Amino acid sequence: MMESLSRSAARNIFFGGSLFFFLAFAGLTAHSHWYMVNVSTDKEGLTESVAAGKHVWEKHSCINCHSLIGEGAYFAPELGNVWTRYGGRENPDAARAGIKGWIKAQPLNVPGRRQMPKFDLSEEELDNLVDFFRWADSINTQGWPPHPVG
Amino acid sequence: MKYETQRVALPFFAVAMALFALQVIFGILAATVYVLPEFMVEMVPFHIMRMSHTNLLIVWLLIGFMGCTYFLMPEEAETEIHSPLIAYIQLAIFAVAGAGALVSYQFGIHEGREFLEQPLWSKILITISFLLFLYNTSMTLLRGRRTAINSILMLGLWLAAIFWFFAFYNPSNLALDKLYWWWIVHVWVEGVWELIMASLLAYLLIKLTGVDREIIEKWLYVIIGLALFSGLLGTGHHYYWIGAPGYWQPIGSFFSTLEVAPFFAMVMFAFYMFWKGRRNHPNKAAMLWTLGSATVAFFGAGVWGFMHTLHWVNYYTHGTQVTAAHGHLAFYGAYVMMVLAVVTYAMPQLRRIQPFNQIINMWSFWLMTASMCFMTFTLTFAGVVQTHLQRVMGINYMEVQEQLSLFYMMRLGAGCVVAVAAVVFLWAVFGPAREELPAGETGVANA
Ligand code: HEM
Ligand SMILES: [Fe+2]
Repeated sequence: MMESLSRSAARNIFFGGSLFFFLAFAGLTAHSHWYMVNVSTDKEGLTESVAAGKHVWEKHSCINCHSLIGEGAYFAPELGNVWTRYGGRENPDAARAGIKGWIKAQPLNVPGRRQMPKFDLSEEELDNLVDFFRWADSINTQGWPPHPVG
Repeated sequence: MKYETQRVALPFFAVAMALFALQVIFGILAATVYVLPEFMVEMVPFHIMRMSHTNLLIVWLLIGFMGCTYFLMPEEAETEIHSPLIAYIQLAIFAVAGAGALVSYQFGIHEGREFLEQPLWSKILITISFLLFLYNTSMTLLRGRRTAINSILMLGLWLAAIFWFFAFYNPSNLALDKLYWWWIVHVWVEGVWELIMASLLAYLLIKLTGVDREIIEKWLYVIIGLALFSGLLGTGHHYYWIGAPGYWQPIGSFFSTLEVAPFFAMVMFAFYMFWKGRRNHPNKAAMLWTLGSATVAFFGAGVWGFMHTLHWVNYYTHGTQVTAAHGHLAFYGAYVMMVLAVVTYAMPQLRRIQPFNQIINMWSFWLMTASMCFMTFTLTFAGVVQTHLQRVMGINYMEVQEQLSLFYMMRLGAGCVVAVAAVVFLWAVFGPAREELPAGETGVANA
């Protein structure tokens, strides 16, 4: 096979094929973009508080210990569905109080256990963060994770 | 060294290797926290160690790629580098951006997306430096001979820069954020960086084996064609669960499975040229790293990537230690080893001596490669156990982690051996030159 292929033919196949696959990829991404904005995520629910919560999440780089929908550091539990895990779908107030309470209780200082640092978050930041978790939990993830433990 | 300005590569390699050493140190610190959770908890929390570790890797690889480019460009283009001064300036800017980010992390100053933690000013400096680099090397290329190797290398570097611009786009819709985040992370390592890897591989093979350029360059086009045909739509393997449409499951599974092909082609290519080659190049250590890189990339990226890429497997393994295992061996084989191969090949010429310290260099090869493999095995076992306990049985995350402590201890041990191997490598290439090759064997050393 390699003998019958000339270098310039190989080059042309490379450029033509790559352009084709790039356009296919870009097209599907554009459709996925539309789908994510309008179908799989909660458009109305994406409030300023949710956006602020994402910012709190980023400011403290939570992603470098936790994972969020499976991406991140795998050093600490998955948080994409933490809202479900805390029973937020049945009892939102208790879940909110539970998640905020957990963050405020850090560090737990249990000997021999991985520690979450203490972050000085205001009440408002904590609420933003919980709103962000709640919104993330509502993304249609095609049934992932397999089990609520994350 | 035929061209005076190839020496520009030397400071790039020096800075890259210094950051490599730091990367390994932060890796060991983070691995220690897995074993002793209270370790340094007040001083440097885990998330800071981890972002330091991953960012250092990316920064030193990029600086390494730049050094490789400056080294091979004059030979390939048959002309001197456009401006050594710009090269030194852009290295300084890049080093300041990278080191500055690293220091700021220690004070808790960072952005918050994985791998893109650099503060905005650092991202901007990185962009400026990279554009200066592209300008400098492209001008050299335009003035000189265009070969498949230097053209594809430059194409890969330009595309890497273009996709980098997604780092500046951070929508508040988390799903969209992830959609485009992968346009950098995946498209880099499983797309455009493969162009860089393949062209460096082709360059080394021409130099080390003496096989005809015509044949090598044809292979090169086939390899990078396989890489982009599979790798672009292969991005779909990250779109299974993030809120994207369901069609990514078949598309991502199919095309990311094909991503094994370019890595397989690279091993075939490397060994085929090695056996076919007439030239008996005295730099045996460089040949070892070259073959090793193609091989370990095939296992780390190809085999370990395929292991969890089908959507019905990924459903269970997504975001477990299986991912960590794969990430380590893939980066090591494809990019770390390739840069170390070029460094090993180039250093004797940059220091204007015959190939030297080859035995200790090969020691570092085997120590580092064996311990990286061992680390990958321990993480793979940890990941399989984790997947079963957590994703199948539904046991709580922290409880499952307790079951994995033995694997984490062994991982830490493997990491310590990597550190020893890295020191041996640095000693081999930068330390005093002991056993130089006898003069009689040196005919082609500077070819
Ligand atoms: C040199 C090439 C490659 C490198 C450096 C690399 C590196 C990585 C890294 C670092 C991650 C983790 C990203 C994160 O933080 O979430 C990852 C994820 C992944 N890689 Fe690769 N990879 C390479 C090639 C491949 C190939 C060829 C395949 C498939 C055949 C593959 C399949 C995957 C999959 C399925 C994931 C997602 C894992 C998950 O769901 O958690 N990779 N890769
Ligand atoms: Fe990928």
